[in-house]
Amino acid sequence: MLALSSANPAQAPVTRFSAETCCLSINQFHLAYAGKTALRDLTLDVPRHRVTAFIGPSGCGKSTLLRAINRLHDLNESVTHHGQIQLEDQDIHAPQMNVTELRRRVGMVFQTPNPFPMSIYENVAFGLRLQGRLPKRKRDDIIEWALTSAALWDEVKDRLHRSAWQLSGGQQQRLVIARTLAVQPDVLLLDEPASALDPISTLKIEELIRNLKSQLTLVLVTHNMQQAARVSDYTAFLQQGELVEYGPTDQVFTNPRLQRTENYITGRMT
Amino acid sequence: MRWSFRPSRISAMGSLLWPWLCAASVALSLLMLATLLTLLATRGLGHFWPAALEEATLHSGETVIGQPVRETPLPNTAGIERLYFTGNRDIDGASWRWVALDDIDTVAVPDDLIRLERSPWGDFIGRLEAVESEGQRFEDAAAWAFVARALTLPDSQRPNAQLQLTAANGHTITQPLSGVTLFQAPNAMSWGQKVVVWSERIWQFLSEGPRAANTGGGVWPAIFGTVLMVILMSVIVTPFGVLAAIYLNEIAHQNRLTRLVRIGVRNLAGVPSIVYGVFGLGVFVYGIGGSIDSWFFEDALPSPTFGTGGLLWASLTLALLTLPVVIVATEEGLARIPDAQREGAVALGATRLEMLTRVVLPMATPAMLTGVILAVARAAGEVAPLMLVGVAKLAPQMPVDGEFPYLHLERKFMHLGYHLFDTAFHGEDVQAAIPLVFATALLLVLIVLVLNLTAIFLRHYLRRQRGNEC
Repeated sequence: MLALSSANPAQAPVTRFSAETCCLSINQFHLAYAGKTALRDLTLDVPRHRVTAFIGPSGCGKSTLLRAINRLHDLNESVTHHGQIQLEDQDIHAPQMNVTELRRRVGMVFQTPNPFPMSIYENVAFGLRLQGRLPKRKRDDIIEWALTSAALWDEVKDRLHRSAWQLSGGQQQRLVIARTLAVQPDVLLLDEPASALDPISTLKIEELIRNLKSQLTLVLVTHNMQQAARVSDYTAFLQQGELVEYGPTDQVFTNPRLQRTENYITGRMT
Repeated sequence: MRWSFRPSRISAMGSLLWPWLCAASVALSLLMLATLLTLLATRGLGHFWPAALEEATLHSGETVIGQPVRETPLPNTAGIERLYFTGNRDIDGASWRWVALDDIDTVAVPDDLIRLERSPWGDFIGRLEAVESEGQRFEDAAAWAFVARALTLPDSQRPNAQLQLTAANGHTITQPLSGVTLFQAPNAMSWGQKVVVWSERIWQFLSEGPRAANTGGGVWPAIFGTVLMVILMSVIVTPFGVLAAIYLNEIAHQNRLTRLVRIGVRNLAGVPSIVYGVFGLGVFVYGIGGSIDSWFFEDALPSPTFGTGGLLWASLTLALLTLPVVIVATEEGLARIPDAQREGAVALGATRLEMLTRVVLPMATPAMLTGVILAVARAAGEVAPLMLVGVAKLAPQMPVDGEFPYLHLERKFMHLGYHLFDTAFHGEDVQAAIPLVFATALLLVLIVLVLNLTAIFLRHYLRRQRGNEC
């Protein structure tokens, strides 16, 4: 377990990792939709090569935070924000930051599988083609690697050029993960990646998440407490746009510091 | 049982009644459509059938030779009269004759009656007595064989010959072979021969130019003009409409102004087409066309080159007319694409342009094609604005020929819809025009159908290729 320091356990926790282990650092981040506050002075660090879960009731801002890390809010003009998000010591909102490069480094998987209406091969190649031309051999290799990493290769290797929309929901979600992995991101953001899937597909996705953390840093948003407990190393509990508690998953689930956290985890929401 | 049990008898009646009402309205629409198509098909295609020629002897001793066309009740008195197409405008002064059925003594269908199509006098109906050619004289079967063989030759190789013809009541005339375009003895024909002649005449109708002030001959220039104009219109309207829809749906800020523009565009679709014609005449023809003439075609002035109605202006006017259709259809297609697709592309590092061109537009292609289909259907049937901006009763030259630059955008062109109008109301021989009007209408319907089917198959193919419905 990595070293955690918490300044004041009674207050909103300011959780810090040392620079070597910190991948994403969020500093007093504040975000509002059309003037309505969604995230309030959020501060937390996400450790490298670990799975960090954001949990909390609907509307608590966990998805909003995830999207902020990818700067997807740029598409919506009504969003205003201040504060800092640093990816490997670079401010992602800095003017010299290239947004498309940021999004390549920070991949995102959404709640409902969203493969493009193209072949399986072209779906995985999509991000690669945006990067520029690659020799076909090299591209084929990367695609095979990405699909293998997403535990999908064996299921689709004979039909790479069929439409991706013919895959099952679980396969589609793994395809989307493969598509994201193909551009070799540093961080993978997963926004309730299994909530639209059946239990078996869910287990496959969870196993995949555990396997992937050797390659990159994962941030998972989930409504499912068991899922967070099963796959994550660290858990952050958000409520009404504020960070309530953040710590190693074991500690948050078995011995939470705050009553609010315990109530939520045990299902006694007020 | 599709409906649920209700205690009240009235609501049970109602639940029985409303599906019935809906089904009845569908049936009624289908019935009307079927009637329309049947009417067009029978009246239009029947015209080309080599109908039997009758020789009717009246009580007065007079004979009438002709093709019976239809029968109607006599005005003011009891009884029925029959309309014969008698041809022979040079002899009788008219090609049609109404005969009361009560006046007819006997009707015969002799095999030796023939029908000639000739210029300048139109059809001849009667008997072929003999042919004189270069001192030789052929009679009866030999004469028929001579004429039939001569007509298979190209114009330049036909022998010099005089046909001696007898019309009803013993009128004899001499007709040079050079003026004859068709020789037919429908009464002597077998059913198979009639089918051959029928299809030949339909082919002539489709492939030849009009004759006799649009009351005879074919409609090929009109078909060509219609299709070319529609294609040009699609080429102009598609990029404009699609770009406008992309701007409205993907780029513009969604505020009150965008909504206003959208409402405006939708309402443009309801503006009467003649208004677009007036606009096209004022802006395209006189405004832009006039300026082009004064800049580039000064030598030809005062006779206008682009400053008069033409193919380009007609296509542009119709493109303007159908623009709202394309915009609305494309916009609806774009709106149906889930935001997850857009976010998925952006989250992979695509710029907005890459997202649009690689994900959004391919997904919206079927919707765009739907828009183009609707636009084509509307444009192909539009006549009113064309009358102002470039359609001609009889275009002397086709808009495409072997002369540089091959596609002549400034030329006037013929259009089936206008041809229909012109044949129906501006011809001299109303009776002859009626079947042509039906045939032209049928053709116009078929052309719109073919254009639509092409686009529908294209859309279907694109969807199949992607393995989805959207």
